[in-house]
Amino acid sequence: MTRFLDFLALIGRSLLSTCQSLGGVALFALAGLSHVVRPHFPFRQFGRHLVEIGYFSLPVVALTALFTGMVLALQSFTGFSRFNAESAIASVVVLSVTRELGPVLAGLMVAGRIGAAMAAEIGTMRVTDQIDALTTLSTDPMKYLVAPRLLAAMVAMPFLVIVADILGVFGGFLVGTVKLGFVPQLYLVRTFDVLQTMDVVSGLVKAAVFGFLIALMGTWCGYNSKGGAQGVGQATTRAVVASSILILALDYVITEAFFSR
Amino acid sequence: MTPFDQEAERSVKQQAGAVPKIRLRGLKKRFGGKVVLDGVDLDVRAGHSMVILGGSGSGKSVTIKCILGLIQPDEGLIEIDGKDVSSMSPEERAAILDRTGMLFQNGALFDSLPVWENVCFKLLAQRRITRAAARDKAAEVLAQVGLAASVGDLSPSELSGGMQKRVALARAVAAQPDIIFFDEPTTGLDPIMGAVIDGLIVDCVKKLGATAFSITHDMASARRIGDDAAMIHKGRIVWSGPAASLGDTGNAMVDQFARGEREGPIQMELRK
Ligand SMILES: Nc1ncnc2c1ncn2[C@@H]1O[C@H](COP(=O)(O)OP(=O)(O)O)[C@@H](O)[C@H]1O
Ligand SMILES: [Mg+2]
Repeated sequence: MTRFLDFLALIGRSLLSTCQSLGGVALFALAGLSHVVRPHFPFRQFGRHLVEIGYFSLPVVALTALFTGMVLALQSFTGFSRFNAESAIASVVVLSVTRELGPVLAGLMVAGRIGAAMAAEIGTMRVTDQIDALTTLSTDPMKYLVAPRLLAAMVAMPFLVIVADILGVFGGFLVGTVKLGFVPQLYLVRTFDVLQTMDVVSGLVKAAVFGFLIALMGTWCGYNSKGGAQGVGQATTRAVVASSILILALDYVITEAFFSR
Repeated sequence: MTPFDQEAERSVKQQAGAVPKIRLRGLKKRFGGKVVLDGVDLDVRAGHSMVILGGSGSGKSVTIKCILGLIQPDEGLIEIDGKDVSSMSPEERAAILDRTGMLFQNGALFDSLPVWENVCFKLLAQRRITRAAARDKAAEVLAQVGLAASVGDLSPSELSGGMQKRVALARAVAAQPDIIFFDEPTTGLDPIMGAVIDGLIVDCVKKLGATAFSITHDMASARRIGDDAAMIHKGRIVWSGPAASLGDTGNAMVDQFARGEREGPIQMELRK
């Protein structure tokens, strides 16, 4: 009996602490976002992070998208040829890339690159008193550290996803024409025939949401890290894991919202 | 400033002297089950320099962080200029921090910014100076702490420990604060550099007319920079008095600490 009660208490405790951290994250996000519209937004920091996220992630995201498009064309060919449905390859590639694979893979790559870097940098600032130092230097850490990162990630991710979309389709085109023997013009016509504005727009909305999640998890985990180098390491891991899971979960939610009508 | 202004300022300061700049009463703080501050009572006179002594882990840094509002105390009263900090609005607290300088124990310099931006960070944040003017201003403040202007272009990670301490000192005083906190300004420095930093602190405090609140382990340093001194042990103030009397205070704990003796009322908890 007591064991059962202990078990219930354990569930209750973890439920409570989950709610507590959810509330904490929500307040943190609101506080960070509020500084975007309040005066004296730190544009210099914003620019620095925009370049770091948007420009320096380009190679990683581009390569990921290119190979994904190529593999997608190859895999659909081997599958579809059994049903004489090779002609659908172009449409499959363009729809999967713009709707799903572009934003999700770019999101996961940026989570590994940027989410980890944010958690490590802010976590180190926390354990070396630099965040306290900001407060004593007339600067709100939420304004200086969190707000520019949140905004930069939300702006940079859609840009990265546009690049990923183009390169993903190009990868499919490359394999389709060079290896599988499609006529280039025909492949392109099939690609753009099926593509609708909503496919791209939904992908870009996902990108902005994922960018926000990555920056939110990175800054939140860093901001609340404690206990020296080990604590910073844990914060980094937690940021990457949490943002990756949230990306996949919210991907489903957003897809549901856009396409299940 | 005319002599008349100086006279007026001095009399204002004397009147203000009646109300302590910082007043702590019954300050308590625990982390988890561990009691760190157990009722700290302390007055810091305006325009004077207070030195806090105490072994490591006795809660000195926590005391400063409570005064600055970086740590929320569990109980107790903190007054600055006679006003209870806990009843202040966020704006009032921010206004006090605007007039406060803090030298953190490990420097806490921003490693993503060059030294000159570190030094002028507060002036830039308060928009009292343009970025173009900040470099010159940084050079001027760096000169006060005995560093060449060329140091301004380096990154904090390129500096030695002593240079980092001096840059942190420059950053703490650059915005000409009313209250300055120094957390172990000379720990880890060689004795000569320690004496140099002490001299800089005394200069800065005298020049700015500020109230200083310093933490140190070092008796010589305490006598050099302090007007008043207090000793904290196990989260309480166990002695306070003039800094000049350190060494023969008649208080067994302070004298043991001053002479660095193993035997005495302060027992290190080496074995449990
Ligand atoms: N943020 C914190 N969380 C938990 N314990 C802390 C924290 N800050 C300080 N402590 C504990 O409080 C005690 C006093 O710390 P501190 O004031 O830094 O000592 P010192 O007198 O050497 O400056 C230490 O035992 C330390 O472990
Ligand atoms: Mg300390």
